[in-house]
Amino acid sequence: MNPALPVTAARAALARCHACHRLSRMKPLPPGSHVHCPRCGAALHLRKPDSLARAWALTLAAYILYIPANTLPIMTVVSMGHGEPDTILSGVRALIAGGLWPLALLVFFASVVVPVLKLFSLTYLLVSVQRKSRWRPRDRTVLYRITEAVGRWSMIDVFMISILVALVKLGSIATIEPGAGAMAFAAVVVITMFAAMSFDPRLIWDALENPDER
Amino acid sequence: MSDPDAPVFPLPVADTLVACHDCDMLYRKRPLREGEKARCGRCGALLYTRKPNSIERSLTLALAALILFVLANAYPLLNFQFQGRVQQSSVLSGVRELYAQGMWALAVVVFVASILAPLLKILALLYVLLPLHFGRPPWRMAPVFRWIETLHPWAMTEVYLLGVLVAFVKLSDIATIVPGVALYSFAALIVAMAATDAALEPEAIWERLETRR
Repeated sequence: MNPALPVTAARAALARCHACHRLSRMKPLPPGSHVHCPRCGAALHLRKPDSLARAWALTLAAYILYIPANTLPIMTVVSMGHGEPDTILSGVRALIAGGLWPLALLVFFASVVVPVLKLFSLTYLLVSVQRKSRWRPRDRTVLYRITEAVGRWSMIDVFMISILVALVKLGSIATIEPGAGAMAFAAVVVITMFAAMSFDPRLIWDALENPDER
Repeated sequence: MSDPDAPVFPLPVADTLVACHDCDMLYRKRPLREGEKARCGRCGALLYTRKPNSIERSLTLALAALILFVLANAYPLLNFQFQGRVQQSSVLSGVRELYAQGMWALAVVVFVASILAPLLKILALLYVLLPLHFGRPPWRMAPVFRWIETLHPWAMTEVYLLGVLVAFVKLSDIATIVPGVALYSFAALIVAMAATDAALEPEAIWERLETRR
């Protein structure tokens, strides 16, 4: 195979079905029309449709929601009529103060490090694809795979809140109320998952082919 | 599904060629030994595998997952004992409490990730695998099997269990927390679901659909 000209499915006018992975020959289509996979019926595209625009929109939305997710309380412990709001960071701090180091690390990693790294790596991937970067496509593909796989782990805090809220219902002694920050945080996780899904890693490799193509 | 004027037409290429899902590199398919994996030479992604007794093994594990799912949702997850009072919490009660406190969007997210998506995934797998085991594809198999892949990232059973453990450790300082039957069922459910995914060979199932047409 000629290394200067990689044989990709798109170059051979073959579209890979998103769902069942079958290859189908694609003729040029009139804009706005759809074709479906003859095997499973899913819509066929050479690349995920509007990949960059969708991924950018979702990533920017996640950046915006990231602010209330970290500044608003994710839950409030109401004890003897006195409320004590907890943000994501203060929750981690409380775990450290209680000497629960491994748990503090886990929550810090899942709720702080993963969302930030995910947003940064999505931004980097989008910028690098848009600038038609030819730099280390294989490593960028690995970065994408990690970004896609790790995002769901950020939900730990949200699930923890749902357990605490149901468990601690001691009337005037102590109750736990969910806060608006938890909603914003869950939205960040869900939206970045959608952003990673709408990004097409094959765009990273398209830049290696003729730069004036597409 | 496919009308005769559609610009897509089935060609023998479908059986002999495979494209990498991460970099679109085109490869000729070669027969694999059982347990062997074909990887993309350019980006390292997994192209296709061959697994022994894929349908029977994944069917058995999916049945086990269904039983464990019922146990994990029918019993209390954690028991909270404080000054003689006992408060129980199950997966569903967490969702209900969020909803009752006006956080319906959060309740929906937790419900989908911890109950709905895992359950639908297990049921869809059984719907496809059980008839296939007896030699005939089920009605509307293609859309149902397509759904399984869509549901996959939203079924967050293993993440949920970590959330439970964090809540457990946080509260054990101030009260007595006794783990319930559901906690152990949940842990086993995660193992069963991961093993089902590992035993499943989607390509083989899709190919069965093609030979039927």
